[in-house]
Amino acid sequence: MKDINKDRAVSFLLALCIAAILVCPFIGMSDISLRSLVASKTGAPDFSIYWNIRLPRTLLAFMVGAVLSLCGMAFQAVFRNPLTTPFTLGVSSGAAFGAVAFIVFGAEMAFLGFAKSYLSAFAGALLSMFLIYMFTRLKGGFSTLAMLLAGVAINFFFSSLILFFQYAADFTKVFHTYRWLMGSLDTFGFAKVLGIAPFFILGSISVILFSNELNLMLLGEDMAVSRGLDAGRFKLVIFGICSLMTGACVSLCGVIGFVGIISPHICRLIVGSNHKYLAKSALLFGGLFMVICDTLSRKIMAPSEIPVGIITALLGGPFFIWLLLSKKGKPFSV
Amino acid sequence: MKKPALEVSGFSFSFDGAPALKSVSFEIEEGEYVSVLGPNGAGKTTLLKNIIGVLKGGQGAIKIGREETKDFGQRELAKKISYVPQADGSAYPFTVWEFILLSRYPYLNPFSEVTASDKREAEEALKTVHMSRFKDRDMHTLSSGERQKVMISSCLAQNAEIFLLDEPTAFLDPKHEEEINIILKGLNRERGITIVSVTHNLNLAAMISDRILALKGGRLVYFGSSGAFMEEGVLRSVYDKEFKLMPHPDRNINIILPEAAY
Repeated sequence: MKDINKDRAVSFLLALCIAAILVCPFIGMSDISLRSLVASKTGAPDFSIYWNIRLPRTLLAFMVGAVLSLCGMAFQAVFRNPLTTPFTLGVSSGAAFGAVAFIVFGAEMAFLGFAKSYLSAFAGALLSMFLIYMFTRLKGGFSTLAMLLAGVAINFFFSSLILFFQYAADFTKVFHTYRWLMGSLDTFGFAKVLGIAPFFILGSISVILFSNELNLMLLGEDMAVSRGLDAGRFKLVIFGICSLMTGACVSLCGVIGFVGIISPHICRLIVGSNHKYLAKSALLFGGLFMVICDTLSRKIMAPSEIPVGIITALLGGPFFIWLLLSKKGKPFSV
Repeated sequence: MKKPALEVSGFSFSFDGAPALKSVSFEIEEGEYVSVLGPNGAGKTTLLKNIIGVLKGGQGAIKIGREETKDFGQRELAKKISYVPQADGSAYPFTVWEFILLSRYPYLNPFSEVTASDKREAEEALKTVHMSRFKDRDMHTLSSGERQKVMISSCLAQNAEIFLLDEPTAFLDPKHEEEINIILKGLNRERGITIVSVTHNLNLAAMISDRILALKGGRLVYFGSSGAFMEEGVLRSVYDKEFKLMPHPDRNINIILPEAAY
């Protein structure tokens, strides 16, 4: 694809995102019409559904999808490994552990508008980041493979702890943890949106600005270093930024899989691996994809709702395979 | 007297306790063409990687233009010295043009995009290696020879004064090998670029280099003229094998004859 067309693809994605964010809040268990929204007053059901539930939820979906997709893209580039997800380095299992521990042992209370399970989850995310950081420090140097394997080990470690807590807890709490782990974009009011917004905005801007550095990392560490990039430090910076972004999302919305690994690859197939275009595309596509999946999750089996994590993979998997087949002969790389 | 471009003094490096370089010292002058020879595992690649800063934590000093490389930031170092790693077959998912522009990284302001002057440098670099018409090709579609020319062109775009090359002509057919060597020698003569090239092609090294540097078991075992290197005793001591030599018909130097000992 020519560069000008890549620019067009990014603009097209942006337009689609705006359209989706404008349209999707009207769709759901009970559809709202624009006229009824304009006519409704504060306190009327449609007004409340739109402003307190659907709009914040749509914005939340967009940010979570965008963050997971962008972080997946950055990790895949930095670790030069197409199987990397934002969760590979253990941040999600750390957060899940924090949340589960709180659900099982703590009483649900609110603090600054956030239920404490969120704070506990975020603390868990920070804990797993700290563990990875200490590991790489002690190992000396930030060897890519060592970091990935340490992340995998930490994932298993926290997963086992979660299983142990579930084993020890009573049935209602186990069900509660189970639903948390499935991930949900359920929200009321803008507290969650505002909770993620700073991570989304600052994190996305920095990752997008690092497009040259991410491109250099694709050449391998030897080349990146010889072209002037302190690769070890850069890996750490990306690890820090993306883990914080992912940690914030997971803490508030649970572990929503698939979008973080496949959405960047879909974008690579469309605009290529140059991060000047790829980063913006991954952000927009991830957000758009999540907004659409979330809308479907509340529409398909209305009035009941399918967890969005189920939809993402059911819808995205076949789409990705189709796209992969349609680009025959092109070597696949990160 | 010429200025030193690259000084390595008392430099040692080990991988997890296994020594790979043992107190290596040498001084390469500006505009010199030096071939680095030695058996596999002698520490040639390790030496290059330490100079460029991919490997860190060795003892001793590496200086470029009298300043220690560890006092340079990675960007500053990249303005002085560039590197072509051993071809490992990894595919770069970029076009030739995107790839060349990446070597302008040391000159970009943080977070800024390439400027018109960066593009000029990149055009010029491609022209020098006669690869301008490959500009829009994907890197993975290039042949090994074309790819190596692009690699050298990226060092040029980087505006480096010293090129470190790790077996730049391995895997190339005789014609492409010659083409690369003509380009490198040309850059060395006409632009005064200092070239440090690892190779196993002894005859070529003898003819193209000003001096030869040989490593064996992590130690520097020879650093001097190529003429004196191409002697039976010296070669035997470096490679632990016999060589059959004869004088080159046109030049005042010995070359190695291929043998059939099998």
